[in-house]
Amino acid sequence: MKLTPTTKRVAVGLLAAALPLSMAACTKGGSSSSGGAGGELTMWTHNAGNKAELAAITAIVNDYNKSQSKYKVKIQAFPQDSYNQSVVAAAASKKLPCILDIDGPNVPNWAWAGYLAPLDGLDATLSKYLPTVLGKWDNKTYSYGYYDVALVMVTRKTILDKYGIRVPTADSPWTKDEFDAALKKIKASGDFQNPLDIATSFTGEWWPYAYSPMLQSFGGDLINRDGYKTAEGSLNGPKAVEWATWFRSLVTDGLVPLKSGADPAKDFINGKTGILYNGTWTAVDTRKAFGKDTLFLPPPDLGTGPKIGGGSWQWGISQNCSDQAGALDYMKFAAQDKYVASVARDTNNIPATDAAAAQVKGYEKGGENEIFLDYAKKFALLRPVTPGYPFIATEFTKTAQDILNGADPKQALDQAVKNIDANQKSNGYFQ
Amino acid sequence: MSATVTTGPEGLAHVAETAVPEQHRGGDRPHPARHALGLLLRIVLCLVFGLPLVFMVVSSFKPDLQIFDDLGSFKAFLPTGDISTANYTGVFGRVPFAQFMMNSVVITVVTVVLGIVVNSMAAFALSRIGFRGAGGVLGIILATLIVPFETLALPLLWWSNQLPFLGPDGISQGWLDTYQVQIIPFIANAFSIFLFYQYFDSIPKELDEAAKVDGAGWFRIYRSIVMPLSGPAIATVAILTFLPMWNQYLWPLMAVQTEELRPVMVGIDYFKQLNTSWGQIMAYATMITAPVLVLFVAFQRSFINSIASSGVKG
Repeated sequence: MKLTPTTKRVAVGLLAAALPLSMAACTKGGSSSSGGAGGELTMWTHNAGNKAELAAITAIVNDYNKSQSKYKVKIQAFPQDSYNQSVVAAAASKKLPCILDIDGPNVPNWAWAGYLAPLDGLDATLSKYLPTVLGKWDNKTYSYGYYDVALVMVTRKTILDKYGIRVPTADSPWTKDEFDAALKKIKASGDFQNPLDIATSFTGEWWPYAYSPMLQSFGGDLINRDGYKTAEGSLNGPKAVEWATWFRSLVTDGLVPLKSGADPAKDFINGKTGILYNGTWTAVDTRKAFGKDTLFLPPPDLGTGPKIGGGSWQWGISQNCSDQAGALDYMKFAAQDKYVASVARDTNNIPATDAAAAQVKGYEKGGENEIFLDYAKKFALLRPVTPGYPFIATEFTKTAQDILNGADPKQALDQAVKNIDANQKSNGYFQ
Repeated sequence: MSATVTTGPEGLAHVAETAVPEQHRGGDRPHPARHALGLLLRIVLCLVFGLPLVFMVVSSFKPDLQIFDDLGSFKAFLPTGDISTANYTGVFGRVPFAQFMMNSVVITVVTVVLGIVVNSMAAFALSRIGFRGAGGVLGIILATLIVPFETLALPLLWWSNQLPFLGPDGISQGWLDTYQVQIIPFIANAFSIFLFYQYFDSIPKELDEAAKVDGAGWFRIYRSIVMPLSGPAIATVAILTFLPMWNQYLWPLMAVQTEELRPVMVGIDYFKQLNTSWGQIMAYATMITAPVLVLFVAFQRSFINSIASSGVKG
């Protein structure tokens, strides 16, 4: 094909435009410094696209910047879904910011990997925080969070009344037999596509966060927490096998869909689901749909009491921040109860301190959200506090998915134990 | 390379044209049942590939709850119920869409244009100048095709952080969090070099001889003879560079931290929160797919030719 004069002109024009454009483009760059130089402290957060939380954090930063003239905190927001990859990539190139937020269970790993520096001098302030919002490892505190979230069974009072099912409470949760019977009654009615939806369509950290508490309620665990050396007996003992068999039976008995819809909370609101197992973040939408008919029940007691995952997003400072004192100064300033209250209020989450809870509508004594705080205090169990947790979480997710899809429970759990033990050992047990 | 190498899409079309006997070109109509079956197959394929796009566009006008309510029926593909542009308004309130779009356009256009220049020059040197070891160099370039980008990403990140750059503010170290880190590593492309090489090799070398007799140098031959004859190869390379650059996700995630420099694909993560806004995701996806669809429709023929000639899907 021969180029026509017009095509030729277009091609030459494009080329001519591209070269200066590329030069101009290449010179435009953002600040890639880790912060700390010249009093500027760079802060990274996972809240890009999450307007409410980003606004709450921005308000704290603005207050801090106005409160003194030595330091200036500058926020860079990242989308949550890809935040961890961005942090790990930045750590690989030694470009971590001074202040950053971290998903709670990752704190031991990031501390062990040298990403985080301990929060020295904040012990007195942080002693008032819920234990589940503090990121600790090796007897040091590396992070704190403004809020926690809780796992709940969301349903409607009219549903339970209709099928003669008792409304459980924190002091008297459903037993395993009661729970199974309730699900069978709802299934027998044929009124719902899903008697129970445990959100199996969610990915990533949801699986260990949501389903390992069920394992722990049976009496198993992800790893033996005494020294974190082996998962033998914890993840593949009789109680764990019992959990896995029951977990699979939820699907084979038609009580839980093997694969939930893309948004289980919306399916619940649309009347497709009888009981929804999800987090307290669904409270606003479900209350909006069903008002006072909405119930947020504690998870069932499957043997050793109800259990829920503890720990949400937390804040820490990076090891390579060139102005640790400045970063710590901000962390101290931002740990005030009024900021805990404002972030928890704007994000509809459980405030991390009692003083903050008293300032947030709904969390006061007798408030409609007080039960969430109650569940967090009574039932929350931290995910294993070991740098090996990300590996354990991945193994558990794979194994739980295999079990739901029909793998032999004992064999699947044995394999997971073998892999987890090998990882802990190959890393010298993270000593 | 021998003279039997394909001569690009135009050549292929010519071969196809001459290979089909005249009597089969409209004289004999296919059996009605066969014709109907073929038509049915095409309709099914159209639905399989078209319905997801229809779903995306239609859902972008619906509230979240309605999207899920309609999922079990054909209503999912129809603009029924509470239709509004609220999701589009929400997108603009949530992400700096114009900025992301401009970034993607700049990164993609600059990479495509520079990629055409650099890769065609490399291929020209290998194909026409014929220096000692050209075959070996081509072999090494082609060997890099088997290395997936994911395995190169971390070393590339490390190198990008070490490299100096001369800008208006003088020399700075480290390319991370800039436009150039999203452009320069993707300009040189082994597959583009191969496509140009293959095409240049099919252009008679006698043209070079004639040009040399007239006093032309290698650059003049490249610019005035070989490139003007290589329209199909240029179109193929442009299209096959455009698509992956527009869809860049992993690399900007790793190498870019500032919001002002992010491309459109990373923006979709902004909507994946605990309470996901599905309608807004659909609106955003519609807006970032639209330019690609418009380009596809405008350059449909070149696009199909590029796939036919390269044997790959973009």
